[in-house]
Amino acid sequence: MQTDWIWGLVGGLMIGTAAAIFLLGNGRIMGASGIIGGLVDRTGLSTWAERATFLAALVIVPALMLPLYRVEVSTNITSNLAVVIAGGLLVGLGTRLANGCTSGHGVCGISRFSLRGIVATVFYLLAGGITMVLFRHLLGVI
Amino acid sequence: MQRIVISAISGGLFGAGLLVSGMTDTNKVQGWLDVFGAWDPTLAFVLGGAILPMLVAWHLTTKRAVSLVGNPFPSKPDPRLGHNLIIGSVLFGAGWGLAGLCPGPAIASLSWGGTGGIAFILAMIAGMMAAPALRLRIDRIAAI
Repeated sequence: MQTDWIWGLVGGLMIGTAAAIFLLGNGRIMGASGIIGGLVDRTGLSTWAERATFLAALVIVPALMLPLYRVEVSTNITSNLAVVIAGGLLVGLGTRLANGCTSGHGVCGISRFSLRGIVATVFYLLAGGITMVLFRHLLGVI
Repeated sequence: MQRIVISAISGGLFGAGLLVSGMTDTNKVQGWLDVFGAWDPTLAFVLGGAILPMLVAWHLTTKRAVSLVGNPFPSKPDPRLGHNLIIGSVLFGAGWGLAGLCPGPAIASLSWGGTGGIAFILAMIAGMMAAPALRLRIDRIAAI
C-alpha cells in the first residue's frame, strides 16, 4: 500500500523511543536477542525480572492493540514447518554468535556509530537478500 | 521497582512499534529482502525512524553520568570485528530471510502468530541454547 512507509516511519520512531527509554532509564541496550538469550543460556539471570517484564509487555501490548485494526492482522508466516524451524534455529544461533540482531546491532549499534553494529547489519542484510534469491527465485521454497 | 516499570514501558512501546511498522508481517520483511522481486522499501523507513530517537539518546548519555535508575551507561564494545560477529550475522540474516521473522517481532506476534510463530520461537530458543557449543567449535577452528 502507498501509506505503508508512513506507518513504517511511525512504528520505527516508536521502536527507537522504546530503545531510548531503556537506555536512558535502565542504562541498557534494547536488543531483543540479548534480552531473550540471557534468560535462555542463564547468563542474564541477575537481571531476569527486568528481562521477563520487558518480554511480557512485548507480548501483551500488541495483543491489546489488535482490536484497533479493522482488517485481521497476520504474520503471514509460511506453513512449511521445515522452513520455519530452519529459520528459527539459524536466527537463534546467529544472534547469539553475533551478540545482537536487528534491534541491538541495527537500531542501537548504528545510532552509536559502532563499527560492529554497522558491519553486522551489512552482513545480515546481504545474507537475507542472498537467501531470498536462492530460496525464492532459484529453489522456490519460500 | 523503577527499573521494572521502565522495562514494561520500553517492552510495550517496542511491541506496539513492531506491530504499527509492519515488522511482524513476514511478507513485509521478505519483501524488503527480496531486492529482485516486488521490492518493498518500508523496512528502510522503520530502521531510519528507529535510529533517530537513539541518536538523541546516545548524545544524552554523554551529558549524564548514570542512567535514571543509577546504572552506568553501557561502555563502547570492543571495536574488533572477529569471526563470530560475521558468521553469526550471516547465519542470522539467512534465518531472517527464510522465515521472515527476527527475535523481537517473533515474540511480539506470539498471540496471533499461530503454530508457525510458536514453532519459530521454540526453534530460536533451541538455536540460542546450542550457540555456546558452536562458538567453541568456531573458536577452535579459527585458532588453528
